[in-house]
Amino acid sequence: METILKTINITKTFGGLIALNQVNFEIKRGMIVGIIGPNGAGKTTFFNCLTGVYTPDSGEILFNGTNINRLKSHQIARLGISRTFQNIRLFNNMTVLENILAGHHCRMRAGLWGVLTRNKRTLREEKDSYAKARDFLNFVDLKGKGDRIAKTLSYGDQRRLEIARALAAEPQLLLLDEPTAGMNPSETGKLTQFVKRIREELGLSILLIEHDMRVIMEISDKVTVLDYGARISEGTPLQVQKDPKVIEAYLGCQEIIINKSNYPANIHSNTDLKSASLK
Amino acid sequence: MIRIEQIFRLTPPKKKILVLFLLVLPFMVGNYWSQILGDIGIYIILGIGLNVVVGFAGLLDLGYVAFFAIGAYGYALLASPQFGIHIPFWLMLPVCIAFGAGFGAFLGTPVLRMRGDYLAIVTLGFGQIMRITLNNLDPLTNGPRGLLRIDPPKIGDWIIDTPIEWYYLIMAGIFFAIFVANRLNDSRIGRAWIAMREDQDTAEIMGINVLKYKLMAFSIGASFAGLGGAIFASRQGSIFPDNFSLMVSINVLCLIIIGGLGSIPGIILGSIILIGLPEALRGVQQYRMLLFGGLLVIMMIFRPTGFIPSARKKIEFKK
Repeated sequence: METILKTINITKTFGGLIALNQVNFEIKRGMIVGIIGPNGAGKTTFFNCLTGVYTPDSGEILFNGTNINRLKSHQIARLGISRTFQNIRLFNNMTVLENILAGHHCRMRAGLWGVLTRNKRTLREEKDSYAKARDFLNFVDLKGKGDRIAKTLSYGDQRRLEIARALAAEPQLLLLDEPTAGMNPSETGKLTQFVKRIREELGLSILLIEHDMRVIMEISDKVTVLDYGARISEGTPLQVQKDPKVIEAYLGCQEIIINKSNYPANIHSNTDLKSASLK
Repeated sequence: MIRIEQIFRLTPPKKKILVLFLLVLPFMVGNYWSQILGDIGIYIILGIGLNVVVGFAGLLDLGYVAFFAIGAYGYALLASPQFGIHIPFWLMLPVCIAFGAGFGAFLGTPVLRMRGDYLAIVTLGFGQIMRITLNNLDPLTNGPRGLLRIDPPKIGDWIIDTPIEWYYLIMAGIFFAIFVANRLNDSRIGRAWIAMREDQDTAEIMGINVLKYKLMAFSIGASFAGLGGAIFASRQGSIFPDNFSLMVSINVLCLIIIGGLGSIPGIILGSIILIGLPEALRGVQQYRMLLFGGLLVIMMIFRPTGFIPSARKKIEFKK
């Protein structure tokens, strides 16, 4: 399998804070890779570097072999990296369909002249784009809600719309930032299946930040663990869970979990436990 | 001409009546009110243009008058005895539109990296700079003495100079502006603008070249002002720097907001209220501004989204 995205020693600092410290990372085509780590570990900063929101201070980001360090966000989107956000960021006052069409923007070509004259090419492109947008609408199970204003959708629907918008950009690599945040177990289960479907039916590579270990266990081919901006572990979900470094990052020391009967299903809640016990 | 027949057949009766009404209107109201309808009309063109910038793309531009001035002075300098150049009106229209667009792009390039309030302040400054420049660039603009005897439009030997003739010309300008604005709104470009207005950073990450589309909105908005300016200069016959004061920018912005941001019927109604009402209230001269101010306050309390909000805004408020 070929490598679709590779980072070599990327570092990003904000003033004195080292948000990413020499991170090496690789994802092969068709893989689902999970990124976990305690809060503030640099996971979202990593996504922001990949999508051009931040430029890394040093290191290289290679997408399909080309360096994308200095590219602007819209250029990266066009190359084929698309993402969702930790806090849903839809175009709230646009309709559901328009949101998806806005995602498809970078695959359309109509310019000022085409728009003003409404020539055949523009009309055909509009028609095709609408058809595609409807396909994506159905794909994420929002059929019949295309004319709703985005912000009037339920939370779960908004999450799915965000994914549809990202898919409409026709990416090769999809970045999902905590897609199950705020969902109940049954919704989480459905979304997990849905992420699998995205890989199977659309053939995308997926990189996801996730706190819910059940999701990570179920769908990741590989898990990368970040702590204080550095990659501290990498491997299959099972390997990572047993890695003492990971346990230390989450729980502070190893003894705590030795006499635990069940292994943490949700590491995130355990970090909360840790901080609670520290108080 | 099968096409014209087709268009006629496909037009809904309501629209036919509206067009007929607009055609006979100046004869019903006479010269004085035709003149005022013309004033209103120029503001409608400016409103539609500024709406592209403020309503669609969400860029608060308080110096819109600068582009209006560019159109007006551009026309006046090339079609008056000032330099003895007399380029025909019809040729100057596209030239003035291009002046507006070009100047918009020129101004926008450094300015559009700013956001929100900062953009508003910088554009406000540019609007003022334009007026002051016109006032002081004596050899070119004649300073406060203005440019006089500007050429009116001619069709053959027929000179367009009565308020009623002007009414029809301005009406054609409005239809052109509406046509362009509608096509833009309902397109890839329009969607990019609205996405940008909603959330600039997300739009960029989703693959919209924000800087390019901002510049495009600014420039297209300015081109409408260029058109309005050419019509204004030619209709007035003489222009002075004071015609292009801050109040013009404020008025245009007000009429968009009163009518309903983003909606073209709203802009038309807004212009009628903002430009027409002060005329209608002439009878109660000394209370005019008081009544007018009161009306604005009442409106903002009861109709905060404007009189005719855009379809999108309407749905928003229903839910």
